Amino acid sequence: MNIKKDDKLLVSKIENGTVIDHITSGRALVVLKILNIKGNEGYRIAIVMNVPSTTMGKKDIVKLEDYYPNSEDLEKISLIAPSATINIIKNYEIVKKYKVEIPSKIKGTLKCNNPTCITRKSNEPITSSFTLLSRDKIRIQCDYCGSILTEEDIIKELVGESQ
Amino acid sequence: MGWLNRDIVNVLDFNREDLELLFSKADEMRRELKDNHVKKILSDKIIGLAFFEPSTRTRMSFETAAKRLGAETVGFTGEEGTSVAKGESFADTIKMLDSYVDSIVLRHKYEGAALFASDIADHPIINGGDGRSHHPTQAFLDLYTTKTLFNEIDGLTFALIGDLKYSRTVSSLIFGLSMFKPKEIILISPPQLSLREEIKMFALNHGLKLREERDISVISDADVIYVTRIQKERFPDLQEYEKVRGSYKITKKLLETYAKKTAKVLHPLPRVDELSPDVDNTTYQAYFIQASLGVPLRMALLSLVLGGE
Repeated sequence: MNIKKDDKLLVSKIENGTVIDHITSGRALVVLKILNIKGNEGYRIAIVMNVPSTTMGKKDIVKLEDYYPNSEDLEKISLIAPSATINIIKNYEIVKKYKVEIPSKIKGTLKCNNPTCITRKSNEPITSSFTLLSRDKIRIQCDYCGSILTEEDIIKELVGESQ
Repeated sequence: MGWLNRDIVNVLDFNREDLELLFSKADEMRRELKDNHVKKILSDKIIGLAFFEPSTRTRMSFETAAKRLGAETVGFTGEEGTSVAKGESFADTIKMLDSYVDSIVLRHKYEGAALFASDIADHPIINGGDGRSHHPTQAFLDLYTTKTLFNEIDGLTFALIGDLKYSRTVSSLIFGLSMFKPKEIILISPPQLSLREEIKMFALNHGLKLREERDISVISDADVIYVTRIQKERFPDLQEYEKVRGSYKITKKLLETYAKKTAKVLHPLPRVDELSPDVDNTTYQAYFIQASLGVPLRMALLSLVLGGE
């Protein structure tokens, strides 16, 4: 599939910040929710959705001026957009580029979706912990209660709604 | 791996060799009980019984087992009357009790409570049931009862009937059966109470042959007919409970019509209305034998974990 020249002209380059590329198509807004960016923080943000991609068919892109996600944010992004690449931009140039990676153990990043899992009990010094079961079709298992969370479940836990 | 000072949280923390050692130790305990000659090998031990959820058999059989071996017990049933009712955390309660006793037998409504307690406590945690997740000592007992009745576990067909979704004894039994070679496991339940996906997947990944059925007549293939109560207390919505309440019942007539003459009915108990009292005086009844074996089995367990040789 060819990318039309006009499509490329839609979004200008950013001077400094982060470009999150190769986001699973339709998930750009979820990525922003995960980063807790509502739009009124003052960052210049560009969101490109459902554009053609040679490797993915379609993809989303988020460009964030003067914003750099932390490692916990990246872990969350890896769970809902496992192909995402992170480009750190300085003076209009990519200075660092890497793929997000789903860790084999996911600790404290998201809550278990089982309301009677011990990790959901209030006032207890406990951190949620999941083991990655499958990377292709993402599935993780709670180490405490054994519940299996699918990609949809993970999105619900991370942003509070299904997509 | 052995048993000494181990936490007993999940059946899968052990292997077939461990279970066979446990069963032979339980046989030994049965002989000692029969001869009225039980050695007081745990006379210097105190066992904490922390039952945050109600229990009859598990708590009493552990308490009896401990006392038969000469140990003392301390503990509580229900959160009323403890500082948990004042808002004390589970973690603090376990930490405190751990400093008093040599081992804690724990029951809790939250899944994963026993694993969390084992993170906190230095002494062995014995899971007496956590939510719908695990009930390892019941699974050990179910397997031991089967072995006692049939002399083996390999090659038998098990029919698991009832609330396969919320019953922790069912998931723990399936974990236990994965260490043996049963011929087949037949799952019979109302559609709303089917075995949870994660347990089904586990069984299939571990070479267990599962067959899901709705018609109770398939008990004709079973050697062990394992009946469970609908776990009312674990339904998020009581209206859903009402829909499945009374949806199956094992009776003497049903067993005489369909079951093999040599089949045995097990039930972790308590029963409500899913298993008729008219089965009690038939040759199928094995649930009272199962309950009685709870004491020697738990004696064996305590002696192996606490090292009372």
